[in-house]
Amino acid sequence: MPTIKVPPVLRPQTDGEAEVSVVGGTVGDALRALADRYPSTQDQLFSPEGDLNRYVNVYLNDEDVRVLDGLDTSAGESDTVVILPAMAGGQAERSTPARSANHRSD
Amino acid sequence: MASIETIEQVKERIEEVDPAEAQEELKNGGVALIDTREPNEYMEAHLADAELIRPVDVVDRIEEVVPDHAQRVILYCASGNRSARAADELRELGYENAASVRGGIKAWEAGGLSVVMPEGMSAEQRMRYSRHTLLPEVGVEGQLKMLNAKVLLIGAGGLGAPAALYLAAAGIGTMGLVDDDEVDESNLQRQVIHNTERVGQPKTESARKTIAALNPDVEVVEHRTRLDASNVIDIIKDYDVIVDGADNFPTRYLLNDASVRLRKPVVSASILAFDGQISTFVPYEGPCYRCLYPTPPPAELAPSCGAAGVLGVMAGVMGLLQANEVIKLVIGIGEPLIGRLLLYGSLDTRFTELKVRRDPDCPICGPNAPEIPESEMGKFPDYELFCAG
Repeated sequence: MPTIKVPPVLRPQTDGEAEVSVVGGTVGDALRALADRYPSTQDQLFSPEGDLNRYVNVYLNDEDVRVLDGLDTSAGESDTVVILPAMAGGQAERSTPARSANHRSD
Repeated sequence: MASIETIEQVKERIEEVDPAEAQEELKNGGVALIDTREPNEYMEAHLADAELIRPVDVVDRIEEVVPDHAQRVILYCASGNRSARAADELRELGYENAASVRGGIKAWEAGGLSVVMPEGMSAEQRMRYSRHTLLPEVGVEGQLKMLNAKVLLIGAGGLGAPAALYLAAAGIGTMGLVDDDEVDESNLQRQVIHNTERVGQPKTESARKTIAALNPDVEVVEHRTRLDASNVIDIIKDYDVIVDGADNFPTRYLLNDASVRLRKPVVSASILAFDGQISTFVPYEGPCYRCLYPTPPPAELAPSCGAAGVLGVMAGVMGLLQANEVIKLVIGIGEPLIGRLLLYGSLDTRFTELKVRRDPDCPICGPNAPEIPESEMGKFPDYELFCAG
């Protein structure tokens, strides 16, 4: 059973768990098992068509699955699947393209 | 020579000369001047026209350096002990005319006599950076590279503050700071280059003051602005390395675009809550930011520190890792985080390393990325729109 490492930003959706063991033969299976167990992660990980969202990077151990076989990459018992969204810290994301005049950075 | 013999006993057998006497002899010519220290000591400062022979090499090399056993040889070291032993060894080899400088180069300098120092480093600098120049991987050469380097920091906030502090301490000669913000009390939990007296002041000015007090060797260039498409090329073009401490995605993508165009390395880090990430992007040598994150995440997957909080020390840990990367790039030592993404989780104190590859389809640095003609160099896509999804 591969272990999925859940990034901090997703942990509220996995009841605070940082590591989740799942059944899965492939990375895709493992992530879908995660989404089954924690349904609120579904939209964050997958597009409506069931593909991995482009802004989520997934690694099998230390290698991006995009250079392997994507979601079909095999994931065995001793493997770790790492989910990694980008981080930019600081300021709140603006929802519109218009720039507000008053910037406060954090 | 018995190894338990004292240095005083050795000195009784050899001739010692005071620095002033030695200098007179040297002026008159015909003297072989030998420095019996280690290479790094020699590089810091040595006597004019001195030839370096390390203590362990004296017996093996002296014949080649001074073939004439009758020639006058003057030896010196740091304080007169190693050179005394070397003079004794020469005596045993049949050099009857060798003398050691009493008190070594220390006494020489204390007596006001001149030494040769590497170009660009004053006596004060030699003292200030001595803990750097002692490191064989750095040395005077590496320190001079740092003094001549120009580093730009995007953001004088969470990451920029600790990075700037330590880069200034290290002697990075020119540091540019890009930030249009003012110091706020909530910054002081982590932006340690500022302080309570500076609340309300522009961050770049506050940083400049701190750096001036820490290291007058550093010239700070304030860019009190936010990086955008209209200024990014102008701002980054004169720097050697860029530290990305930006607080939003559009700026990171814009910076990536511009730095790849101008082939500027970027050390990029980000922090949130108890976690941090860092990687070093060297255009065309390794991946770029876009190779790593082709698409920005939606807002709910990328909260800000202002919303979610951040442990103050995280800024220090990651900012200093950035400074470390900059120093390695400037000096050209070690292995920078090119093609590697380092994740740090402070709650369990764990580092994780992930591989980052160049994306063959990268629209910025991939083989099929459009060539940007000179006339288009300053034009960029609207990254605000890109990030708004």
